[in-house]
Amino acid sequence: MSDSIIQIQKVNKWFGDFQVLKEIDLEVKAKEKIVVCGPSGSGKSTLIRCINRLEEHQKGIITVDGTEISEDTKNIEQVRAEVGMVFQQFNLFPHLSILDNCTLAPIWVKKMSKKDAEILATEHLKQVQIIDQAQKFPGQLSGGQQQRAAIARALCMEPKIMLFDEPTSALDPEMIKEVLDVMVNLAKQGMTMIVVTHEMGFAKEVADQMIFMDEGMIVEKASTKDFFDNPKSERTKLFLSQIL
Amino acid sequence: MTNINFLKPDNKNLPLFLTLGSLFFVFGIFDFYSSNFLNTNITSFLPRIINFFTPLIFAVIGLHFIRIEFSGIKILDNLNKNINTSNFNAILSVMIILLIIFAFPPLLNWLIFDANIVGDTKEACSGSGACWVYIKVWFNRFMYGMYPNAEQWRINVTFVAVLAFMAAGFVFPTKLRNYLSFYYTILLPIISFILIYYLISGGSFGLEWVETGAWGGLSLTFIVSFFSLIFCFPLGMMLALGRRSDLPVVKYSSLSFIEFWRGVPLITVLFMSAVMFPMFLPDGTYVDKLIRVVVAITLFEAAYTAEVIRGGLQALPRGQYDAAKSLGMGYWRMHIFVILPQALKLVIPGIANTFLALIKDTPLIFVVGLLEVVGMLNLAKTNPKWLGFSMEGYVFAGILFWIICFSMSKYSQNLELKYKTDR
Repeated sequence: MSDSIIQIQKVNKWFGDFQVLKEIDLEVKAKEKIVVCGPSGSGKSTLIRCINRLEEHQKGIITVDGTEISEDTKNIEQVRAEVGMVFQQFNLFPHLSILDNCTLAPIWVKKMSKKDAEILATEHLKQVQIIDQAQKFPGQLSGGQQQRAAIARALCMEPKIMLFDEPTSALDPEMIKEVLDVMVNLAKQGMTMIVVTHEMGFAKEVADQMIFMDEGMIVEKASTKDFFDNPKSERTKLFLSQIL
Repeated sequence: MTNINFLKPDNKNLPLFLTLGSLFFVFGIFDFYSSNFLNTNITSFLPRIINFFTPLIFAVIGLHFIRIEFSGIKILDNLNKNINTSNFNAILSVMIILLIIFAFPPLLNWLIFDANIVGDTKEACSGSGACWVYIKVWFNRFMYGMYPNAEQWRINVTFVAVLAFMAAGFVFPTKLRNYLSFYYTILLPIISFILIYYLISGGSFGLEWVETGAWGGLSLTFIVSFFSLIFCFPLGMMLALGRRSDLPVVKYSSLSFIEFWRGVPLITVLFMSAVMFPMFLPDGTYVDKLIRVVVAITLFEAAYTAEVIRGGLQALPRGQYDAAKSLGMGYWRMHIFVILPQALKLVIPGIANTFLALIKDTPLIFVVGLLEVVGMLNLAKTNPKWLGFSMEGYVFAGILFWIICFSMSKYSQNLELKYKTDR
């Protein structure tokens, strides 16, 4: 085994007849930060959703922290508990307060005591700076606050890997920064992160590796410096010229 | 006082328009009242077609005069804003007022002023109003059916006890809050069943045995509705989840169950439970008629409840499932803590609807010979001594059912408010 925490080998996925992922190969080392970008419909969200099997891949092998992701349910729940995910639409549980959102999974999945879970949640809510909103319901918070709460909720499971699926795409420009700040902090603490985003400033700041996807394929995979300074493929150049 | 434009009432001549408007309006109403109830038509000198419409015309002209914007009088402004915004609205308002004047006094006369309540024979009723004596005399039967009079305290005690056990949930210590749903779905039905079995049915502890055929009236309505409601909810929930399951066996058995019970009329189901079901049982075994009926209604309503709950499940965005899964929750944890609390909150109105329909369906158990309140009514109205009072009986039953259903509907509204956490 290598030192990589996620291994994706020749993964293919179809939605009906439409192939969304074509022969994807990717290795992620522990503590590595990877930013995935690409035009919409290029399969980048699908790829990271395959890592915790919110989507099933039909061909190929995905291994997360030594566990192969297959149809065996026990494995999947174990993997999901280790892989935190943050969504574009926040997906907080609207019927629970922010604190309860954070303690729900630790209590019922990790069998933590309520008291310990609350201590843990308080800690993470402090880290994302919304501890003063802990007793409120998601509907009473701004988008940026909700997304930070969602990050705290994922962190409460103490995951080894964090997946971010366009975490700032549903936010106002003013709120993007507060969420990105939290993510930069998280990166500095040494979390393994895979981030799907169009925030190139963020990418330049934290990413170790950049991946550019188009039409279900990884078009370019390079270190951050190479990716921005001398991209190899024409498609990447075009994309970068449009987005920067 | 110059330039008074009668087509456009204005603020300057407020007192004049107010007086004039009220006069016209009152005259219109009085005209209607006198021609309907005093037998004197004060506008009878006019041609018939105009005469017929005079109340409306006068009242609408009156309303036209008082339609003054920003008059400064709060009541007038409110009135104008709500029922008098335009001539068309004024016409509608006047017509409704006239209809109320036309319909209500006779109704009130029948219900209250001309009604008879004193006495205890048919002869005590004068005949022009309702005969509440009938209800009074039969009241005991409407409440308890054929249950022996001397034993009726047992029903009362049971109901008070069950109510107390139901209310106990509200004063649960916070420590035990987590067990509340367990208490309501499992413990409470068992406790109630034991109470009803030993107290109402009797047969042990020196209590006289009263067979279920003798139970009846409103108490039977409550017993049947109570058990059907309490069982059909969890069953419906399971069916709703089953229908959305990925496992083909679970999915298709739920589906066919739901479609079967939704497809047959309740009266057929009840009839089958009474007539056909015993034929499938081995000789010598016997399931009580009441239990068969409760089971039939439960299964029937569970199918409806299931579809209502499924509606709520489908209304939830996929992101909620994704989020729960991404936190490592399995199927049951995801549904119990994330999906069902939200889905059930969404379908409170639909569930209340189903439950109200269930309560109002209970009279159908007459087909198997169980007589709850409406059944008793039908029985009482055929009593030779009390012929001809079916109207009073149905009004009484209507009021009873309305009170029960309205309180339930109020309760469901409270629940909605209680669980409202805005998205």
